Amino acid sequence: MLNLLRAKLREIYLTAIILVIAIAVTFKSADFMTSGNIIEIFNDTSILAMLALGQMLVIITRGIDLSVASNLALTGMIVALMNTQFPELSMVYFIVLAIVVGMALGAINGLLIWKLSLPSIVVTLGTMAIFRGVIFIISNGTWVNSHELSEAFISLPRTVILGFPVLNYFGLATLAAVILFVTYIKAGREIYACGSNPAAAVYTGIDVGKIQCLTFVISGAIAGLCGYLWVARYAVAYVDIANGFELQVVAACVIGGVSIAGGRGSIIGCMLGCLFLGVIKNALPVIGISPFWQMAISGFVIIAAVVLNSKPAGKKKKIILKPQSAALAS
Amino acid sequence: MLNQLKNKSGLFKDKSWEIALLGVAVLVFIFNSLASPYFLDLWNLSDATFNFTEKAIIALPMALLIIGRDIDLSVASIIAICSVAMGLVAQAGGGITLIVLTGMSVGMLAGAINGFLVTYYAIPSIVVTIGTMSLFRGLSYIILGDGVLKDYPDGFSFFGQGYVVGALSFELVFFLVVALLFYLLLHRTVFGRVVFAIGNNPTAAFYSGVAVNRYRFLLFVLVGLASGIASVMLTSRLGSTRPTIALGWELSIITMVVLGGVNILGGSGSILGVVIAVFLMGLVTFGLGLLNVPGIVMSVVIGMMLIGVISIPVLLKKYHARVGAT
Amino acid sequence: MTATPIFQLQGISKTFPGVKALDNVELALYPGEVTALMGENGAGKSTLVKIMTGIYQPDSGHIEIGGQATTIANAREAHALGITAIHQETVLFDDLTVVENLFVGQYLYKGFGIVLDWQTMTRRTIEILEILGVSLNPHELLSHLSIAQKHMVSIARALAFDAKIVILDEPTAALSHREIDELYELIERLKAQGKAILFISHKLDEVFRIADRYHIFRDGQHIKQGLIRDIDQAQMVTNMVGRSVDQVYPKQTVALGEVVLEVDKLSLEQEFADISFNVRRGEIIGFYGLIGSGRTEVMQAIFGASGQPNGTISVLGETVTIRTPAQAIDLGIVYVPEERQAQGTVLEFSIAKNISLPQLGNVSRFGFIQPEKEWILADQYANRLQVKASGWGQEVGNLSGGNQQKVVIGKWLARAPKIIILDEPTKGIDIGSKAAVHEFIGELVAQGLAVIMVTSELSELLGLADRMYVMAEGRMQGEFSRADASAEKIIKTAIGS
Repeated sequence: MLNLLRAKLREIYLTAIILVIAIAVTFKSADFMTSGNIIEIFNDTSILAMLALGQMLVIITRGIDLSVASNLALTGMIVALMNTQFPELSMVYFIVLAIVVGMALGAINGLLIWKLSLPSIVVTLGTMAIFRGVIFIISNGTWVNSHELSEAFISLPRTVILGFPVLNYFGLATLAAVILFVTYIKAGREIYACGSNPAAAVYTGIDVGKIQCLTFVISGAIAGLCGYLWVARYAVAYVDIANGFELQVVAACVIGGVSIAGGRGSIIGCMLGCLFLGVIKNALPVIGISPFWQMAISGFVIIAAVVLNSKPAGKKKKIILKPQSAALAS
Repeated sequence: MLNQLKNKSGLFKDKSWEIALLGVAVLVFIFNSLASPYFLDLWNLSDATFNFTEKAIIALPMALLIIGRDIDLSVASIIAICSVAMGLVAQAGGGITLIVLTGMSVGMLAGAINGFLVTYYAIPSIVVTIGTMSLFRGLSYIILGDGVLKDYPDGFSFFGQGYVVGALSFELVFFLVVALLFYLLLHRTVFGRVVFAIGNNPTAAFYSGVAVNRYRFLLFVLVGLASGIASVMLTSRLGSTRPTIALGWELSIITMVVLGGVNILGGSGSILGVVIAVFLMGLVTFGLGLLNVPGIVMSVVIGMMLIGVISIPVLLKKYHARVGAT
Repeated sequence: MTATPIFQLQGISKTFPGVKALDNVELALYPGEVTALMGENGAGKSTLVKIMTGIYQPDSGHIEIGGQATTIANAREAHALGITAIHQETVLFDDLTVVENLFVGQYLYKGFGIVLDWQTMTRRTIEILEILGVSLNPHELLSHLSIAQKHMVSIARALAFDAKIVILDEPTAALSHREIDELYELIERLKAQGKAILFISHKLDEVFRIADRYHIFRDGQHIKQGLIRDIDQAQMVTNMVGRSVDQVYPKQTVALGEVVLEVDKLSLEQEFADISFNVRRGEIIGFYGLIGSGRTEVMQAIFGASGQPNGTISVLGETVTIRTPAQAIDLGIVYVPEERQAQGTVLEFSIAKNISLPQLGNVSRFGFIQPEKEWILADQYANRLQVKASGWGQEVGNLSGGNQQKVVIGKWLARAPKIIILDEPTKGIDIGSKAAVHEFIGELVAQGLAVIMVTSELSELLGLADRMYVMAEGRMQGEFSRADASAEKIIKTAIGS
């Protein structure tokens, strides 16, 4: 009971802190809580949220994917270059291409980790560098600028439907897909089983390596899709886009209570973690703090989040000693 | 009997990894000398060492840390914050000694923060150092913003740009001396033995009376100190401080360690392997540089080397298993 | 008694590099009956279970289920064939709910066969729990359940997919007597449902109470089989071990010296309270209790390996504070943990390196390790304990369990302790070697040490201890001297009735 309560407590705390910050900032500037700004926050956070969902699945199976940002950038560049070559193609092609390329890159990670049993931190450190270097190679170091990209390409994420930019809908769709996957699809549940007790998972017939590979493929697919969205949203593609973003993604997961030890992590927590970072990022300029503070605040929040989480998750102390009366009653 | 014991100590143990690395290094050396006429020039080679000596100095205690089952992703950010601190001291008119001491102390303090968070709260070091990585560099950004600190006194440039004798730079000599010290520390002393014990079985070590958390804390401080020293050298070499200093260096440093044969999961590794890996990476980057390969493409090569190197033992085992079964 | 077996193995052999784990063994399981598989460690029982659950493939032999010849290629197939195993360490998922634990690997689907059907699964879970007479919230996370409850979930899992063959591998190791009785009731229910049960246990009392048939393995070979009613315990042991063996080495009388350790009103939040006892030189005191009664926690607190307890500890009359194992060791208190692999030795280190670990200062000079000193130390103590190895440079991980235990004790003897705390000293050691360990404990006290022995084996306790303390639920329940102790008194005190 206690652990469940603590998990819920974590989420309640996070929600409370987010609200407190939001309200505090609104005092300084009433514009903060306008519907326009809130939509802006969700919009800004969409990509982070999508990536965090993928990363969450990886972390639950006791892995880590440090290559997501490089995957995003490389896929974004590929899709952008394709767009400059074939601007007339329907957007569906580009989106599918982005997802497929992302999946392929994710599969590289996944297969190395599955078939060769290599530790994910080392593999993704390597592919992080490789993917980014490949961007340079295929683009020759040049940028793809907004005027080179087709109108349809750039405008899609910004198009407003029912008051929300399409980018938000991509985020929501990914969220819905992941929720359904993790609740109603066998492989989705097996991810949690593998993370919770890999040895037991093997006994029940689960192929742990395959599941881990799957999480990297999913993480890659999402990163690929975000690659298109990022490039389209900012209307530019070059080597350094999203540089260092993978740390934000991991930070969002950690703040949201996803345990690095594996097996535990809620989607709500993950989304709250993203929202938290998004609110802060949005709030800083409003209260006159330069964006240069953002990195330090993220770092501080990660540390605070794990420190506050540490006592409950720590040593599992068995409660042996029961109150005297209970012991005598038996 | 005594020989049996010796066989298990650091020096004479199974050396296949180090030999393989050395072989690759020699091949790269030969390739480089054939590929470019500028390679076999003493001063060019000496210049090339600057690319890796600062990172290599950090790789040494990092190897011990990883052997002990921890990791520190914040080293590059520690370099940044140390550099900022030094820049401020220089700006305020501090002398060289004070500047250097500042760099080293800030590094140790940062390492102590890491060590404290990891040991006192029992949080996995990967998470803590992802956090401090952002925190330390974030502080650098807050203090410096877009700006740069440049008011270093003249003599300060010795650390990063000076030479001890001939073409041997201060940085290179320092690295070699420290490498020797770390070799002795890891493979010959009680401290090193304890690090291996902690890396293989922290519980058993604890039950044997080892103050596990104290050692882990010390290792983080050591890594922080090395980062501070590296910061002194790097800042001295660049002559300036920007918040983006040493951006991304943690990747290369960890690559040096893993390439050197240290198991990322802890428990095994050798300083000799790390030193050879350092030079191997140096040769590769220098050679590619001579061929005008841009830095970012170099990291493709480094990334592939990293993955390749850890894959080979696994592939070999699989091959042997298949062959053996027939 | 049914005549036709539902599960049969014949001529099964399995070899691993260097070891013939199973040599032409046979096994037959009958529906509605409990068949016990008896054998010492290394007899091949766990290998057989792994073959039955599809984890290993036999090198040769014949498997028949329901009269049909089959192979069990992997865990999934074993599952499909109706075979399930419940292991000593519950092989379940702490972070998942009861419903999920029942259905991992055997989910129920709806909608095109890919959508998980949680409503039906939850309903089935509630039904099964009712059949078992267990009241649990199906949505409870497993980490919130007690060990006994987790066992129930394991068994529920077997019912959830209509297992035909249920393997119980040392299921009672962590259960209280009341819980063991409940388990027996469950087993009766499983029998009534016609399941064939394979029961693997070291505890002869249990086997004789619950099993209908038996098979005995020894050194990978099938020795004997038959009906339980046609054999007695002594014959069982003889067949298991191959020779008639005293389970406990006869106790030697040793002169008792002064009080070496005195513990007064020791307590630690949530773990134990009001613990007082003492030990004399030359004395063996036993700490008995069910698993989870807090004995290990008390010992770890005394050794400085867990939180700071309240109360007093005195060594040789002087009050001491022990905050770390290093301090305990310096005071002459050493601890041999229950899990010798996880806590007692560094498997990747050599024998010499393990022995020197608690006293690196003594084998080094100015911080530099002196290999010669290390070797001399290892030689002295490894020889004294007759460790069988190719040399002191051999990795401890390559030694047998018994030799690993010797290395652990050797490293502690090298520190000239006054008090040795042994936590389950013969756990996992086969009957043949237990006697050797007991003999050795006798030698320790003859040389003037004091021994505190935490044990869950009654015969060990009654055979060795001069005085016995019984703990339950974190408190001291009673103290007995050798003269007035008896099995019934001890057990009654341990379960608190």
